Amino acid sequence: MSLPSGVRPASTADGGWVGDFGRALRAEWTKLRTAGDMGRLLLLAVALTVAVGCGTAKAVKCPDVGCGQDVVRLALTGVTVGQAVIAVFAVLAVSGEYGTGMIRTTLAAVPNRTTVLTAKAAILTTVVLASGTAAVLASLLAGRYILPGNGFTEAHDYASLSLAEGPTLRAAVGSVLYLVLIALLGLGVATAVREAATAIGIVLGLLYLFPVVTRVVNDPEWQRHLQQISPMTAGLSIQATIHLDELPIGPWAGLGVLAVWAAAALLVGGLLLHRRDA
Amino acid sequence: MTATLTPHPSPPATRRAEWGGFLRTLHAEWTKFRTVRGWVLAMAGALLSTIVVGLLGTAAPAPGGRGADSASYPRGPGGEAVNDSFYFVHKTLTGDGTLTVPLRSLTGMADTGTTGKTVQSTQPWAKAGIIVKESLTQGSPYAAVMATGGHGVRMQYDYTRDAAGPSGMPSEESPRWLRLVRAGDSLTGFASTDGSHWTEVGHTKLPGLARTVQAGLFATSPEAKQDTAAGTGFNPAVATGTFDRPVLSGGWSEGAWRGTQVGGDAGTSGSYSNALKGGFAQTDGGGFTVTGAGDIAPVVGGPVMGVGFSVENFLVGTFAGLIVVIAVGTVFITGEYRRGLLRTTMAATPLRGRVLGAKALVAGGGAFAIGLVAAAITLPIGERSARGRGFLVFPVTSATEVRVMVGTGLLWAAAAVLALGVGALLRRSGTAVALVIASIVLPFLLAASGVLPPSVSEWLLRVTPAAGFAIQQTLPQYAQVLSVYEPSTGYYPLPPWAGLAVLCGYAALAFGLAVVRLRGRDV
Repeated sequence: MSLPSGVRPASTADGGWVGDFGRALRAEWTKLRTAGDMGRLLLLAVALTVAVGCGTAKAVKCPDVGCGQDVVRLALTGVTVGQAVIAVFAVLAVSGEYGTGMIRTTLAAVPNRTTVLTAKAAILTTVVLASGTAAVLASLLAGRYILPGNGFTEAHDYASLSLAEGPTLRAAVGSVLYLVLIALLGLGVATAVREAATAIGIVLGLLYLFPVVTRVVNDPEWQRHLQQISPMTAGLSIQATIHLDELPIGPWAGLGVLAVWAAAALLVGGLLLHRRDA
Repeated sequence: MTATLTPHPSPPATRRAEWGGFLRTLHAEWTKFRTVRGWVLAMAGALLSTIVVGLLGTAAPAPGGRGADSASYPRGPGGEAVNDSFYFVHKTLTGDGTLTVPLRSLTGMADTGTTGKTVQSTQPWAKAGIIVKESLTQGSPYAAVMATGGHGVRMQYDYTRDAAGPSGMPSEESPRWLRLVRAGDSLTGFASTDGSHWTEVGHTKLPGLARTVQAGLFATSPEAKQDTAAGTGFNPAVATGTFDRPVLSGGWSEGAWRGTQVGGDAGTSGSYSNALKGGFAQTDGGGFTVTGAGDIAPVVGGPVMGVGFSVENFLVGTFAGLIVVIAVGTVFITGEYRRGLLRTTMAATPLRGRVLGAKALVAGGGAFAIGLVAAAITLPIGERSARGRGFLVFPVTSATEVRVMVGTGLLWAAAAVLALGVGALLRRSGTAVALVIASIVLPFLLAASGVLPPSVSEWLLRVTPAAGFAIQQTLPQYAQVLSVYEPSTGYYPLPPWAGLAVLCGYAALAFGLAVVRLRGRDV
């Protein structure tokens, strides 16, 4: 080997966590990079997000002053669809290994469960950060070109979409973080339940059931509470740029709610991973 | 070589053998399904989550602390929920009789939404005219001929029926003469622009109409619908009809005209405000001005429904159960790929179509049974509990209720077969589950959220698998009642069975493609 003879034993012998973690990271990256559909799934996530965003921006018109539409939110509507693909992506990163039995090799190579889970989380975060940024920027760019044609112009009190605006920047950065948190939620759930179908069912159920149930709740107070704990509704409040005081929960607090969901899922997943064999 | 010796093998025997083969495959699939504990538990979970989510979702306490069972919609002669609120200037009519009256004007006032400000505005379905009504009780049979704010002269009867007459609004220069004739159980409405040349607006029989009825002049107006770019709002509004002296013939009582607000208030589709009140006044020449709010019409969904539940609201848990059913339906086939069981299955039954057919029958049948039971349990409990807390519950006929229950089962069956087909095509459970859930639930969410314009939302609910939820719609739609008939208020663009057919089409397509693909490859 071309490596200096001292390097390899040094990192393993003293159990150097950083060295182990570095190798675990590389292993996870290799698996993710080379396992069949992963690249295509990410492309699909980006494409769907941008396509749905464009479709929404094309469909919604502003005939007059006072449309009450949040243009940033409109342009980023695709995130509600793209998140499903991101969730699949994250779930498959774990469940795929259980499906093929790869997980046994993974855990034999890196017996420390925390290291494995952290490495997976780190790789997922990086990858989703990159693709999420691409999706969000492309959606906003598309909105910037499409929306003025539908009447969202200066004459109707709408400025052109620009990241120089504080709220728009917050919505953009927040949407990327939202997608990352969705991936971590998927990772946690998949680690806990192992089986892909179950994990996807749970994640999508968590995301989509709250808004469906909220629709039929008659009591405004209950409705608000449901929206405050719903990972999707609360999390997506990060996209709001107008009428912030009417939101059931503030933008960053809402993203925090999703972060709590993701952290809880990771914690449960991590504990279960520690307790069982593979 | 016995086969070659019988050139015409008896077809019934072959068919019987095929049938026996299919039954054996079906039995094998059923055994696989019921012996995997996770799936049985999951199906039980689907049942339970549908009930629990449905009941929790509709568990909010009633506003204003209304007493138990105090609230229900008045029912029309056909059993439908109706609004029956108007200002009525009436006398008793015994036996046959005719009322003829010129209507000088129909005007309206509406609240602008900002405190206390009112503007002159006549609602398109504001009404003033002549009505014959069995009693002052809400929901009693009636027939009326009237001028409306935007739809000309109409003859309406028994809440849901509406016939068009001459168009145009009455004015001081060109009043509308209206006439309503009662002869036995037959009622006929006429209109005229000069008081001498009459055209028939409509004719109906109200079988069993009491001999003694209340008849006279009325005015009413539903709330003012305001479409702004930000959404739709409804504000209090009243209508005022200015009548000349009514001319009576027949068995009218001798007493004075009396004024009554039928229903006590303006119902769910109309409302008074501090500035807009109902009442009547007699003018010098013996005429009347009558002002009222409310409507005489069936109740529809949307904001005009008031604080209440429709039957489909109790079935909101369908979504939770559906997600479980989709997951099970997918794993029913992808699980066999993962464990290699499919090789055994295909070795035992080499016919791909037969295996998939048996699987579809087991998964679909199971999903149908669980969905049906879930709906049949949730509906009565939800309705009773909501009524008990003082909520209005939109009444439906038993036939509709059965349609919703069976439809929920079919919805689940179609989703299970769709999931099975997609699972067989993709062979990867995660991707397949996500694809099916997203294709059924996401279009519904996007359409119902109200972000998209109604036309786009309606197209989403026509062409995506989410169209299937139309089978649960019970809210009716009437041209003569203004509301918001959009996905965001629970209205699907397709009729119930057509919507379900769209979902079934997707399921059949996925199933067919899966059979073709499976025939083309090893396993």
